[in-house]
Amino acid sequence: MNKTMLDLWVGIFVAIGIVSLAFLSLKVGNMSTSSAGDIYHLQAKFDNIGGLKVRAPVKSAGVVVGRISDIRFDPEAYVALVSMDVDARYKFPRDTFATINTSGLLGEQYIGFEVGGDTEMLKAGDTIKKTQSAVVLEKLISQFMFNKASEGVDKK
Amino acid sequence: MLEKLKGHLRFLGKQVTDRVWRLGFAARFFLAVLLQSGTALRRFNLTIRELYFTGVLSLIIIAVSGLFVGMVLGLQGYETLQRFGSASALGSLVALTLVRELGPVVAALLFASRAGSAITAEIGLMKATEQLSAMEMMAVNPIARVVAPRFWAGVISMPLLAALFSALGVFGGYLIGVQLIGVDEGTFWSQMQASVDFREDVVNGVIKSCVFGVIVSWIAVFEGYDCEPTAEGVSGATTRTVVTSSLAILAADFILTALMFRGT
Repeated sequence: MNKTMLDLWVGIFVAIGIVSLAFLSLKVGNMSTSSAGDIYHLQAKFDNIGGLKVRAPVKSAGVVVGRISDIRFDPEAYVALVSMDVDARYKFPRDTFATINTSGLLGEQYIGFEVGGDTEMLKAGDTIKKTQSAVVLEKLISQFMFNKASEGVDKK
Repeated sequence: MLEKLKGHLRFLGKQVTDRVWRLGFAARFFLAVLLQSGTALRRFNLTIRELYFTGVLSLIIIAVSGLFVGMVLGLQGYETLQRFGSASALGSLVALTLVRELGPVVAALLFASRAGSAITAEIGLMKATEQLSAMEMMAVNPIARVVAPRFWAGVISMPLLAALFSALGVFGGYLIGVQLIGVDEGTFWSQMQASVDFREDVVNGVIKSCVFGVIVSWIAVFEGYDCEPTAEGVSGATTRTVVTSSLAILAADFILTALMFRGT
């Protein structure tokens, strides 16, 4: 095997390796969707975030429009401060309603934007005023039980 | 009786000190290889030659094993997932298993037995036939001329081979899951893309395979350089390369996995 053939084979080998890496990151991974284009920051305060995690999706009308970049505890207001990276192509009105939803019964939690009617749009760094906390299943069940129990008392 | 016990104790102590001595020598050798790698990187032709032997010649075994491992994952994963009515998660299962674990680990195990043993045998034979001593006589540093290019070739080719293994494995899973069994193609890819994260999964897999590349190449060149210069010594060193690097890969994999995926 002479030297040029050797170089050719090694070149092919490195090319195959790089192509498979690109395949893994673009087709198998979500690099193409997560870092596409420009983003802007939004914040929202929630009383209770339930099981929300960093990098969970932000959806509006079911479409992923951003991702959660950071979750912190605000020690002054005693609420959770959630930062989001939202795709710069999408603008939302100032009275957008941010809710924490669950996809399916046991699925992952995400933030849903319910769009309001304000003509002014949210700017980068703004905080969403209207939020709804996660539904905690235990609370829901206990409320249901209390209601049932009190109904029983009324009937007697 | 007492004499026999003493003999056993002496044997045990010798074994332990031998191991520790070898470990220290291996660490010093690793440092020497790193310090002497200037030649290997400057005269890159030397490294390219070794890349051909370690990388290109391992392509077939890595590609075929990747394809088959992916196909088996497709079959087994479907078998289990459809019991819970979630056959649509097959794509995530195949991709996550391969990218996080099986790709780097199995590729490294195959690489250790295919290329690592060859490196050890080659360097060991060079030592047995006194080629290394001859180089020293000619004022050529054998670590710079023989060991370092092989070491770097192994380090470079390992991540590329692991990526190829994972990619072909995903393709194998696709062949079985979508083409043969009939899982919906759109769900297969979209579920996969939704669950495989670039930073968390792909980059961590590449980091793993880089670490394995260093470990396997280090053990292979060290065993070759340190072997007894006889036919028996070379064959023993080759066996030790495969056994030690396989164990080291699995142990390192556990440590890396514990550091990377803590179930956040």
